[in-house]
Amino acid sequence: MSDQPNPPQPEEQVGPLERPENGGPSADAKPEQRSVTPQCFGPAGEPVREVFGAELKHMNRRELLKLVPVVALGAFAVPKFQLGLLNEGLGFSDWASGKLFGRYRLAQTFSNSELAPLSRFPYNYYDVLSPDVDLSTWTLTVEGLVQRPGDYKLAQIQAFPKVVQNTRHVCVEGWDVIGNFGGTRASDFLRAIGADLTARFLEVECLDQYYESIDMATVLHPQTLFCYEMYGQPLPPGHGAPLRLQMPTKIGYKQAKYLDTIRVTNVLKDGRQGYWEDQGYDWFGGL
Amino acid sequence: MVSTVNTLEHKQAEPVTVAYEHPFVVRLAHWVGAVAVLVMIGSGLQIFRAFPSFGPKIPQQDFWVPPKAIALGGWLAGGIQWHFTFMWFFIGSGLLYVIYQVVSGHWRQVLFMPRDIKGVWPMVRHYFLFGKKPPVQAAYNPLQKLAYTAAIFFGLFSTLTGLVLFKPVQFWWLTILFGGFRLTRIWHFVSMCGFVAFIIGHLIMVALHGWNNFYSMITGYKRDPEYID
Repeated sequence: MSDQPNPPQPEEQVGPLERPENGGPSADAKPEQRSVTPQCFGPAGEPVREVFGAELKHMNRRELLKLVPVVALGAFAVPKFQLGLLNEGLGFSDWASGKLFGRYRLAQTFSNSELAPLSRFPYNYYDVLSPDVDLSTWTLTVEGLVQRPGDYKLAQIQAFPKVVQNTRHVCVEGWDVIGNFGGTRASDFLRAIGADLTARFLEVECLDQYYESIDMATVLHPQTLFCYEMYGQPLPPGHGAPLRLQMPTKIGYKQAKYLDTIRVTNVLKDGRQGYWEDQGYDWFGGL
Repeated sequence: MVSTVNTLEHKQAEPVTVAYEHPFVVRLAHWVGAVAVLVMIGSGLQIFRAFPSFGPKIPQQDFWVPPKAIALGGWLAGGIQWHFTFMWFFIGSGLLYVIYQVVSGHWRQVLFMPRDIKGVWPMVRHYFLFGKKPPVQAAYNPLQKLAYTAAIFFGLFSTLTGLVLFKPVQFWWLTILFGGFRLTRIWHFVSMCGFVAFIIGHLIMVALHGWNNFYSMITGYKRDPEYID
């Protein structure tokens, strides 16, 4: 670089030398006294320049203050704010999940050769492996914004066209399994009983005291089933006999088993979102 | 004149050479991204603890159970809360950085190009095998470019694989692209390993280059930059 002639310094580069802060150099410090650096560029493409130490101190302080907003992230480390902030983040993710959800976008379906055998289809339970269900007297109670509420027998639910699908079940823990499910399209049943399809939620209560709430867009998705069969057999006790939700567009904990009551509503009862959601899991749970 | 002022003032009156190395946007993205990536790793390991395997659930064969000490969030739901909150900071800071580099044209200083390949080995020799320091030719040496470009790649890769794990149905085409849900969990884990490798190397280099270099990522200005000889 020494063979390059020293280029004339532009006006603004001389600037910082003229007015140092806090009683810096006096008028004695004339530009001629400096050794002039050849034009050289840093990673940001800005020329390397010369300033007085006092001025650099001032510049450093100014730039340091600009970064103060980053310190706001430290609020996440404060126990008092942490839970609230994380709930905001979870809520934002749920909002984005709702926006990303395609009402008619179908989950991938699989061939029979890709199915996991029923014996290797895992299930989680939170309380009892299988609650005492008297299948002979079981009915589905329908409440809320429907024209024909009441108790429906399994045969009445099975009267609708049976949908059978090989879809992926994804657990929030991270495992997934491809299974075979048969049942009634939730939208078919809800239309038949005159449900208000503009309502916001479908709430479900289960015989094992589990409970869930699902957004109506997902309830009306063509692959959302009131599922009463797996692998061509009546739902086994561990998988939620006699009736469960099966939604390939939702994560595992939304797929409530042992259905007892369903309710079409705009307001969640007692503000309850779901068994796991009320303990901190995200509500939308969409895939 | 000099005799009438004390040494400190004298020092402050002397001209120093500085370069404005890191503009505000880059520093902001760096520090938000640094916090975000650490939170994402810690909470990601917490989530992995719930099913520390890449195979089927039945029978389950654990790959590696991350110790509780490096897992953030206390339990699965806590890990998810951190992960789903800081993924927005992670993506936001990454986007901010990439857009700024493209608009400003500074990406040319950072992006590793085929012509940089031959310069990587001399730098490795210099840092790890006591080789002679290759002459400084640009703001970032080839090894630095490789490291920074790799970090940006891991950022993109972890975001895309994370999108698949977050929404495998909505981003079905990405799910297929990465070879399915289960394989994508492996890719997502691999991108985390890439970040860990980068962070370790990065921190070693930061430690070796001292306070002056570190301070430039805080205020943007670096005194006596090394590319002036």
